[in-house]
Amino acid sequence: MTVLIDQNSKIIIQGFTGKIGSFHAQEMIDYGTNIVGGVTPGKGGTTHLERPVFNTVKEAVENTGADSSILFVPPQFAADSAMEAADAGIKVCVAITDGIPSHDMIKVKRYMKRYPKSSKMTLVGPNCSGIISPGKCLLGIMPGHIYKEGEVGVIGRSGTLGYESAQQMKNLGIGISTSVGIGGDPINGSSFKDILELFEEDEKTKVVLMIGEIGGPQEAEAAYFAKENMSKPIISYIAGLTAPKGRKMGHAGAIVTAYGEAASEKVEILQEAGVTVAKNPSVIGETVKEVLSKI
Amino acid sequence: MDIHEYQAKRLLRGFNISVPKGRVAYGPEHAEYIARDIGGNRWVVKAQIHSGARGKAGGVIVCNSFEEVSEAANKLLGKSLVTHQTGPKGKVVQRVYVEEATDIREEFYLGLVFDRSSECIMVVASSEGGMSVEEISKNKPETIIRAKIEAAVGMQAFQAREIAFGLGLDTKSINRCAEAIMACSKVFSQYDATMVEINPLVLTADDNIVALDCKMSFDDNALFRIPEISELRDKSQEDPQETYASDRDLNYVGLDGNIGNIINGAGLAMASMDMIKLAGGEPANFLDVGGGATPEKIVKAFKLVSNDPNVKVILVNIFAGINRCDWIAEGIIKAINEVQVKQPLVVRLAGTNVEKGQDLLRSSGIKFQEASSLQDAAKKAVSILNEGVN
Repeated sequence: MTVLIDQNSKIIIQGFTGKIGSFHAQEMIDYGTNIVGGVTPGKGGTTHLERPVFNTVKEAVENTGADSSILFVPPQFAADSAMEAADAGIKVCVAITDGIPSHDMIKVKRYMKRYPKSSKMTLVGPNCSGIISPGKCLLGIMPGHIYKEGEVGVIGRSGTLGYESAQQMKNLGIGISTSVGIGGDPINGSSFKDILELFEEDEKTKVVLMIGEIGGPQEAEAAYFAKENMSKPIISYIAGLTAPKGRKMGHAGAIVTAYGEAASEKVEILQEAGVTVAKNPSVIGETVKEVLSKI
Repeated sequence: MDIHEYQAKRLLRGFNISVPKGRVAYGPEHAEYIARDIGGNRWVVKAQIHSGARGKAGGVIVCNSFEEVSEAANKLLGKSLVTHQTGPKGKVVQRVYVEEATDIREEFYLGLVFDRSSECIMVVASSEGGMSVEEISKNKPETIIRAKIEAAVGMQAFQAREIAFGLGLDTKSINRCAEAIMACSKVFSQYDATMVEINPLVLTADDNIVALDCKMSFDDNALFRIPEISELRDKSQEDPQETYASDRDLNYVGLDGNIGNIINGAGLAMASMDMIKLAGGEPANFLDVGGGATPEKIVKAFKLVSNDPNVKVILVNIFAGINRCDWIAEGIIKAINEVQVKQPLVVRLAGTNVEKGQDLLRSSGIKFQEASSLQDAAKKAVSILNEGVN
């Protein structure tokens, strides 16, 4: 078992024929992901990477039975594409795009409320590295070969820090059930808490690693949720202990504006909730190993 | 992106929010001319820098004669003003705002921000104007009124009315206040703002509702569609290193330490800074060259970091994902050959083709220390620094 995606996922690429879309589509295909086609408005009826191109997501879903999608659409059009996916019945949509205006993301979140929970799309990202269920499916831009299949569920904001952790774990022989990059933007599709809920239900996942950073309330909200609802152990690392207050550290969402948003405060809140916090980013893998050995 | 008070007030005026008569001046004579033109017998001369708390730092001067206006402008212009928001270097005042003094009866606080928890626009108001919102929440939390605005439908009149009544205004001023609050929410939505703060919003002696000070910030990601805002950018208020970086698509934040950083990815960059601190050093900067760091970007990054006079050691930490370490190594070699880098170098490469990358660096003749992990890199950088000092 995995969460969100597996070998049966049927995936379409929104922004299929562009340079970035094409490059990552090929990477995903090479990983063994079941890419069934793509969408580029105006290029419907053509073929790209030996797969059909459609004008609309609805058309793509009707013709291929796609249930998941990934967005490589430029920021000014990305919100529209996410809403198009939701309306066409896509179940899981990963938005890779960096630079979507926050006002647009609020609009997307509001728009998605029209669907009942049973048919509501799970949006992951934007400004994220995507999702990988190692050995089964890659719906993202991460280097597949550093992810070993296993029992650790991973949720993280940062792409490269996620890679760093995956590599540390692989070096220690530890594998991952699914790794979900929720992205570095202030308003995102899925929160730490949303994905924690999925991992709690997933039989294969034994422990969860949460890689957070400064800014926003989501790490603290996940801690409060975990304390009441999670039976599986959680390991965490929060980046940005040395980040100055009020400065944006690369990610649009990595800025401390209120209490509970600084790294030290998040660490404290997580520890209070019973989460094991890695002392530094070099020992994330070792900390996971230690917790795994106690189960 | 932040804008100046005078620019924010001009926007407010366009939405029918009353602001005192005033104009921006670039010199003492100009300031005096504006005061004469506005008329009256009391004026306020206000330093225009991108920071709050200017009053406490001496950046707001009340004047009772034209001479005083001229003196105040002379005192402020060209000087660096240090507030608790600017950092120790402060920000240079290149223009002042000359405004008629307002007869204040009551002061209120009004702020609009994004609430990341509810994913709505949050309006925060208080009858304790003039204090910062942090001070209000600490000292007078009971006076705070909050209302959530659904971005899709906008602020409703009843929400604005509830706030106006909550502020304790008397009946004849309620409508004016509610209109001002509604107008603020329109500014916020129409211009992709991330913060609109009027502090204080005042009730004047003649029952008018006036915005006495205003701060606004806008979403950098939305600047492409709000040209009327992006043209208000004042680069003189930004750190020159940061401006250089952002113009070259690099994410850079200057810090106080002496270990320069070149890293790919914001999370990894923050983690590397943390490692440096834990190893007993201080990072000189945050720098994210992006997930797919090209050799060209690495050259630009080296130019930026090696130019900082505080930087004594440079730490490169790249995790090549989609990228490959051999390409990264080529970028580093190119950078060292093109840019005159005087500082000692510590390089940690990881990910795809790491051995190839390391081989390239070793055989290039470049002087550097090789690090095997994040921790090792930080320790080596700190020990180079300590040896240099001793």
